Amino acid sequence: MTLRAELRQFILENFLLTRDDSSLGDADSLTARGILDSTGALELVMHLEERYGITVQDEELHPDNLDSIDRIAAFIERKRAA
Amino acid sequence: MTQEPKSTLQWSVLDIDARSEVERIAGALREAAVSVLHKRGAVVAISGGVDSAVCAALAARAFGPERVLALILPEHESSPESSVRARSLAVHLGLTPVEQDLGATLTAIGCYRSRDEAVRRVLPQYGAGWRMKIVVAGGLEGRINHFKLVAQSPDGTTHEARLGLRDYLQIVAATGFKQRVRKSIEYFHADRLNYAVIGTPNRLEYDQGFFVRNGDGAADIKPIAHLYKSQVYAIAEHLGLPADIASALPTTDTYSLTQGQDEFYFALPYRQMDLALWALNHGIAVASLAEALRISPQKAGHVYDDIRAKRRATRYLHRPPLLLGAVPEVDRA
Repeated sequence: MTLRAELRQFILENFLLTRDDSSLGDADSLTARGILDSTGALELVMHLEERYGITVQDEELHPDNLDSIDRIAAFIERKRAA
Repeated sequence: MTQEPKSTLQWSVLDIDARSEVERIAGALREAAVSVLHKRGAVVAISGGVDSAVCAALAARAFGPERVLALILPEHESSPESSVRARSLAVHLGLTPVEQDLGATLTAIGCYRSRDEAVRRVLPQYGAGWRMKIVVAGGLEGRINHFKLVAQSPDGTTHEARLGLRDYLQIVAATGFKQRVRKSIEYFHADRLNYAVIGTPNRLEYDQGFFVRNGDGAADIKPIAHLYKSQVYAIAEHLGLPADIASALPTTDTYSLTQGQDEFYFALPYRQMDLALWALNHGIAVASLAEALRISPQKAGHVYDDIRAKRRATRYLHRPPLLLGAVPEVDRA
């Protein structure tokens, strides 16, 4: 499964309680769509740290890194490359 | 002749006619109790802060002091000065307060133990003699809000750690016992006396969801929920409330380390938050807010975003329980 597909599955199953992947596009803003609030962001970060072995710094808790599947995937790839 | 362009946002937008607002609220409070709630007076828990003090004074004006029960409900971690201020307020308003220490109840129910268990997962050395609080970070820099644990060891050293989801939720859940147990006591007395329970949030707290659902968020009437914090202070002054209350800075008095409300929840101190919220509510441009608060337009934009984000995230706290089928007869009754 690709990174984006994994992330979509996590968000669908944990935040939307569904497996219908037509309901979420890779570029959709998770905050604008009301899917991600600050508690959801903590949940997402915990998952990213556990699943992908990265450590998310305080200053990285930014919508640029977390607000869509595309952005999360790019963020993980940057963290892994660093 | 060219004139200096005026800022479109003036601090005076928060000015109110305290005298007429006091009369209006007292009248509406009495009317709501009589016509809607069918209650004979009011219960107000007074914390020693300005919001509950103003609510108690308004209730005394609406119902007469003899029909207002003031409750003072400290627990193991309340600041001792809070109770002192609350008692002096009661005397000032001619109220006979009932005081009940909730420490033993909160211990029995596991409030402190559950909270400390989560704190120790983050900071294993935390224990007896330590004090702690949680603070919010991120929103003002345009980042996603998150919470940090700040703890002070008995020797005065401060430790700070970001809270992960599980620990943050457990600390908040355990701490919520304080507000929920207090509310149980308030309703005991309200039911006993056939009185209404007064909720004391100001507009910042109400709008931004700064309350515990079924805790301090529960009430029969919220008489100052439409007033900005600066307006609550203006009313306190107009009512001649004791100076130490009329000038008390907002704290949560919920954690063992002193915690300003702006540390825990709001992006800015209350005066600035008031103006920012007023400006957002009235469609004022970011640039005007920035000028009035003397902050960068970027930061002012983050303040607006933070207000919107908190309003969205806490919207559900205001909702009555959701029904999944209509019961229209209840609304018509």
